[in-house]
Amino acid sequence: MSIREKARQLFAEGVDGVLAFKRTDGVCIPHLFTKTEVEEICKDVPADQRYPVAGIVRRIFLSGLAGKIGVVARGCDERALIELGKQGQIDFDLLSIIGVACSEEQARYCECSKPYPSRIDVGSRFEGISVSEKVRAVESMEGDERLAYWLAQFASCLKCMGCRNICPVCYCVECSLEDENLVRRGSVPPDWPVFHLLRAVDMASRCIDCGLCEESCPSGIPLRTLYKKATEIVKELFDYEPGADMTQRSPLGTIGDQSELPGGAFEA
Amino acid sequence: MSDKNLDFSYTTVPTICPYCGTGCGMLLEVIGGKISGVLPMKGHPVSDGCLCLKGWTAHEFVSSPDRLARALVGKDGDFKEVGYTEAVALVADAMRETVENHGPDSCAFVASARCTNEENYLMSKLARFAVGTNNIDHCARL
Ligand code: SF4
Ligand code: SF4
Ligand code: SF4
Repeated sequence: MSIREKARQLFAEGVDGVLAFKRTDGVCIPHLFTKTEVEEICKDVPADQRYPVAGIVRRIFLSGLAGKIGVVARGCDERALIELGKQGQIDFDLLSIIGVACSEEQARYCECSKPYPSRIDVGSRFEGISVSEKVRAVESMEGDERLAYWLAQFASCLKCMGCRNICPVCYCVECSLEDENLVRRGSVPPDWPVFHLLRAVDMASRCIDCGLCEESCPSGIPLRTLYKKATEIVKELFDYEPGADMTQRSPLGTIGDQSELPGGAFEA
Repeated sequence: MSDKNLDFSYTTVPTICPYCGTGCGMLLEVIGGKISGVLPMKGHPVSDGCLCLKGWTAHEFVSSPDRLARALVGKDGDFKEVGYTEAVALVADAMRETVENHGPDSCAFVASARCTNEENYLMSKLARFAVGTNNIDHCARL
């Protein structure tokens, strides 16, 4: 099945729009299609042009969504949608996912543990990569060498905020990276390592490992490797995997052993 | 389900960052007809999915109330909207007077990295040939 065929099916079932890709001027751009535009939907998703689909869904919801939408989603996009749903940022029930499985090449590039969404409409399933060579390579360095490695990386930061801006699960209205008590204003590179470690800590229980941050980093800082390690630690300590399923509670959503923070239902 | 216009719409428009001469590729996010964000254009030959801080915030000035959208002339302690013919004549008169009284180097010209080659060439001609000064610079001196 192609994305377009699946979109047609969803329109027949009554969705109001489908978030997918459109080819224009030689590039693929995200677009929310209406029923009459269905023939313009790209049949496939281009591997090397990935966009933060879940973040776009969140912004559409914020603007006051008035209907149901279909969403083209890879494994990571679905994980991000689940994580946003759990954190009350979107209404997951209003979404119909058009599931796209990633190629083996993509999965290897991403070192992705689950390169497919829960239901596959397009593409065929390649089992994920369970061990990240990139994380292991950094871990194999001696302590001092590792520290020097990261500090040199962080020192090249331009403070473009691209890693935060593109992240599908970054949504805080007040961002700790803009808190003057934590990171001084007006200095580039930003105070390091605090800037990068702050973000790593914030992402530890949220990062769904899409790697868009690293792709957007003009300095080529291996952010994905850093966050892969951070989420690994959270998995070890709290047995929590961001975006894995709707039922797992985020460690930040619980206080101690008994009490849970309210789920924060989405309110438009 | 009808084909009604959605109460919401989302699209992206491929364009080039307006800030400097590098010319990074970006997509403007348009929600409900309003420019509301920027995404880096993936696979762009210049910027390949990256932007700097200015590019990431390039949508903000578009509908800023601080933006100068008309020619304004300061009159009686206030800014008054005028037509372009009047505004240009005023600038030309002031410039002529300044050059006559203080020489051509009392003037400076600021061109733009986001203009075409030809426009910048004309600006250079105006500065060097018509007015007679080498005081010309541009915004890409980053
Ligand atoms: S992280 Fe990479 S391989 Fe995994 S689902 Fe996303 S795009 Fe596909
Ligand atoms: S990989 Fe980067 S962009 Fe993707 S969820 Fe994690 S922190 Fe955000
Ligand atoms: S994307 Fe890279 S350069 Fe930009 S703020 Fe993040 S770490 Fe720094």
